[in-house]
Order: sequence, then structure tokens, then C-alpha cells
Amino acid sequence: MFDVDVWQEIFSTIKKNKLRTFLTGFSVAWGIFMLMILLGSGNGLQNGVKQQFSDNSVNIMWLWTGETSMPYKGLKEGRPIKFKNDDYTFLSEKNEDLEQVSSRFYLPGNILYTYKNEYGSFETSSCHPALKEMEKVNIVSGRFINDLDMTDFRKVIVIGENIRKALFKDEDPMGKYVKLNNVPFKVVGVSYDKKRQNERTAYIPVTTAQRIFNGADRVHSFAITTKMVKTVEEADAITERVRQDMALRHNFDPKDKRAMGSFNMLAEYIRTMKIFQAIKIFVWIIGIGTLIAGIVGVSNIMLILVKERTREIGIRKALGATPSSVIGLVLLESVLITTVAGYAGLVVGVSIMEGINYFLEQMFASGAGEGMFFRNPTVDFSTAIASTLILVISGALAGYLPARKAANVKPIEALRDE
Amino acid sequence: MIQIKNLHKSYVMGSNSLHVLKGLDLEIEEGEFVSIMGSSGSGKSTLLNILGILDDYDQGSYYLSGRLMQGLNETKAALTRNEMIGFVFQSFNLISFKNAMENVALPLYYQKVSRKKRNMIALEYLDRLGIKEWAHHLPNEMSGGQKQRVAIARALISKPKIILADEPTGALDSATSFEVMDILKEINDEGKTVIIVTHEHDIAAMTKKIIRLKDGVIEEVIKNGDLQLFKDRVRTE
Repeated sequence: MFDVDVWQEIFSTIKKNKLRTFLTGFSVAWGIFMLMILLGSGNGLQNGVKQQFSDNSVNIMWLWTGETSMPYKGLKEGRPIKFKNDDYTFLSEKNEDLEQVSSRFYLPGNILYTYKNEYGSFETSSCHPALKEMEKVNIVSGRFINDLDMTDFRKVIVIGENIRKALFKDEDPMGKYVKLNNVPFKVVGVSYDKKRQNERTAYIPVTTAQRIFNGADRVHSFAITTKMVKTVEEADAITERVRQDMALRHNFDPKDKRAMGSFNMLAEYIRTMKIFQAIKIFVWIIGIGTLIAGIVGVSNIMLILVKERTREIGIRKALGATPSSVIGLVLLESVLITTVAGYAGLVVGVSIMEGINYFLEQMFASGAGEGMFFRNPTVDFSTAIASTLILVISGALAGYLPARKAANVKPIEALRDE
Repeated sequence: MIQIKNLHKSYVMGSNSLHVLKGLDLEIEEGEFVSIMGSSGSGKSTLLNILGILDDYDQGSYYLSGRLMQGLNETKAALTRNEMIGFVFQSFNLISFKNAMENVALPLYYQKVSRKKRNMIALEYLDRLGIKEWAHHLPNEMSGGQKQRVAIARALISKPKIILADEPTGALDSATSFEVMDILKEINDEGKTVIIVTHEHDIAAMTKKIIRLKDGVIEEVIKNGDLQLFKDRVRTE
């Protein structure tokens, strides 16, 4: 079936109807083109939003304390709730929903950083080593806080890039001592993240912070990574269980948002991704719809073609063409038109999206893309493969009715068809 | 070669049924040169279609070289046509976008003969019919006589047992008509059965046996010896 003659025949009929074939092909190409543009834009939007989430692990959750706002078990409202170190132990060891926990102790007042003659006021985040993963702290030199720092209450500090610039200028900060309210801390690492404004943040071990700044075993907030669940319901259930556990430990109403605040990023993430899933489905429906219009066009043209070639088909049948060879001819032509045209649309669509991506990346590289909700608007390989498959199948579908019509041509009637 | 017994065929047109062949009996031996005559509506085209396995029949039997041709599916009918029968049509029925050689080679394409080989064979046949130099011309660049030669070459290339010609001279002038008839006669001399449908008496008179149809049955069969009489009768008519 796939020999020179079949192709020769298909090309000779296409050549005879160049404009018609082009217009037919164009409708298919347009369908695929639109599908690619829509899918690419959808992906771009989704990637852009994902980017916004990427500041932290998507499964991060924060807990913080406040005052109770509801009376509970005979206790009055307005009671302050305070986390303690044993809450950390409880969360990190007893709770199966949670993976990693980092506690934070808020340093009192304004901490003054000094190095030689330079000084400044910066944000200090006391934490566990796990925070590096959770908040995706990017270390450019040295290291982050480690377990030994925690157990030995070491006075070590990881400073953000801006702090380094402000205090050390051109000096290498590693191993130098920076004073926090006159307490010297040894610089062990520098963090830098272009996307974020956290270069003005310094990290110190929470144990050290509690000891030096008279915190005893007081903890103000927790950053937690939860189990990676798939649904909003599961994520919300985790929040609920954590709230209940903490409510039980600290005697407040689990519904009391003021007593303990909580935010589960994963639930928000899943919710947002669900919207994009819906958008994607919508895009596919529109794309497929456009494609169907193209396919109907191809089918229509093939029907006319078969009608025009009735006589020729009759001659062929008289000379010994089997129905299957006639079907093959029509189907192959239809598949050829849709595949070639569709592929052209695919290539143009993907190229445009890649072009846009190129400019976007340049923008991001130069820092101009800050806060953009559009990133990497390209279509992945599997989608392109799926689209190609859809093309071939739709070509076959478009050719099916005309081919059956051709196969049913009766030689006598065709030959009489003057 | 051909044995037809009690052949019936009717066409249904809406609520009316048109009974075309009404119990026709016919026997044609191998190597005969037969013409089928009859006024329009006599059923000659229908008979030719049935002989060419282009159409099925309702009742009776049709044996072609000992094989019963009845209720064949499309694929089988196509293969049988390809193998047994060569068609020549009044309007030539060449494929317009193929050149003479490719047109001639087409039946071999359906026998899955390689392109090179079948084009070579096609050239041989075109040579035999004296139009080899036209091998690479498209049908619309040729005269009627040349087209019919191409069509005859195409009918011959699959080495069929029977050549069926439907008004082969209908679209040609008389000089060309006689040339074509000479070719058909030569083919017959080589031992092939040739059956032509015609309404021209002088063409029919060049065959060896004339079958006259009337109202779906055979009215008379004029054989070799009587042919001279028929010719005279044609002249006086």
C-alpha cells in the first residue's frame, strides 16, 4: 500500500486541486495552531503561578500563637497561648501527618548588627536546620545551620546577601564575627535568592536564640512540612488534626483561629492547581472543537473528491481494484492532508510559544519579570505527541466516510456516469 | 468458456421492477469472436455487465471457464475481473492524470507486479499496438484511435481469457473504427475470446458470430456460414 504509485496518485490529485487542498489543510492547521497557543498559554499561566508557590515547599504549613477569643472548658477568653519546645518534640515525633518541623523564636526588640564600623538592623530568623528545605534557602557560600549548632548552642549565623554587602563590603564574611546586640556570632554561610527579598534575613539556631535572648523554652511559631497529599480535603484534614492536637495540649477551642493561627500552603496549592486543571480541560475542549471544524472540512473535501473521482474509481474497479485498495487510497490521502497540515500548525504554534518563552526568559534573566504570573508558556513533548496522534486519528476519521462511499462505488454505475 | 442458462435480471426502480433479462441462454466457446447486437433496452449492456462480473444476476447460472460466477463479494469479483477479463469501453476510460504507459500498466499494479517490471511490459504492449512513441503522453494529448489502442493494450496486459468491448468504435470515425476492429481481430486470431457489444451492423459483420437480443432474450444467432447472408441483408437494409 505504501508504494510509489499510491503517493504518485495522491500527489497528482492534490496538485490538481492545490487551492482547495491548501484551504482544507489550513483549517486543520489552524485548529492545531490554536490548540498549541491555548495550551501553551495555559501552561504559562500555571507555571507562573507555580513559580509564586516555589518560594517555599508547596507542602509547607505555618502555626503561630495568639490569644484565645472563645471561652473553652470554663476558661475565659483573652488567654495568651504559648508554644514550648516540647510542642516541637510533639510535632516532629508524634505526628504522622508531618514530615519536618522548624520552630522559631522571635528575638525581642530591634536587633542591631555590627561589624567593625558598619552597622544595620536586619530581620533575624531563628530556626531548625530543616528550614533550609522548607523555605528553600539558597546558600551561595558556606553552609546552613546544622544539628551540631543546635545541640551545642553555637553562636553561628547565616546572613543574607544584602547583610553581607552592608556589613562586609568587599571582605570575605566567612568565619568573621558579626555582633547582634553586642553578642558575637560567627558567619558560617551566605544565602542569596534573586527572586526573594530575604537577603535581608539572617538565620541563627533557635536553641542559641532562646538561650541568648532569654527565651527559655518559648517558641513563637512553627514552620512544618506536611505529608504530600493529593486532595484539598486531605490537606484540610491534616490542618484540622494538627489544630485539634495543639488545642488539646494548650486547652483552647480547635475552632479558635485567634488562639492559634494556621496556614496550610498545600491546600491552597492544590486548590490553585485544580483551577488550572479546569482551565486545561476547557482549553482542550476549545482546541478539539476547532480541530473538529477542520476535520469536518477535510471530510467534506474528500467526499467531493470521491464524487469527482467516481468514474476513475469505477475504472480501477473494473480493472481489478479491490475495495480495500480504494479505501486505502482515500484514507491515506485524508491522513496525509491532515497530518502534514496539522504538523505545520503544530510547528508554527510551538515555535511562537517558544519564541515568547525566549523573550520571557530574557526578561527574567534581566530581572524585569519580577512578579509576572506568566512563565515558560510551552507545550511539553507528550502533549505534542498526543496532538500528532489526534491528527492521524482525525485524518482517518475524516477519510472514513468518503472512503466507504468510494468502496461502495459500483463500477457499472461509475462508468455510465458521463 | 461462457455458459449462461436461464439468466434473469431485473432492476428495481422505486416501486417498479424492470425485468431486463428474461431467461437468457448463451454459450460462447473459447476463441470465438462474438458481437452482441440489439436495440436500446434489449438488455445488451446488462448482459455485458453480467459477463464482466460488474453486476450480479437474479436467477439462472453463469459459468466462466467452468467457475460459477454468482454472489461473489466485491474483492473476489475484482480479482476475477483482473485475472479473466479485459475491458474496452466506448469512452476509453483512461485515467486522465496517468500517461499511456501507466494506464496500460494499471491492471498489473493490482496484481502487485513491481513498478519497473509492469512499465516494461506496458511498453511492450504499446509497441505491439504501434503507439510506443506515445507512451509518455497523457490521454488528452492523443487522438481517439490512439486512446482506444491504449485501452486495448490495457485490456490485454493482464493476459485475460476474454476481451469485453462495449461499443469500442462508438466514439471513432469509420476509418479508425476499422483499424480498431482489425486489432481486435488480430487478438482473436491469437486465440482470445473477444465479445463486443455494438449497434453498428458493419462492425458486427466483421465478427464471426452475431447474437441479436430482443426484449431480454436471444432473438437470433448468426454464425460463420450465414454471415455473408447477414452482410447482404445489412447492405440491402
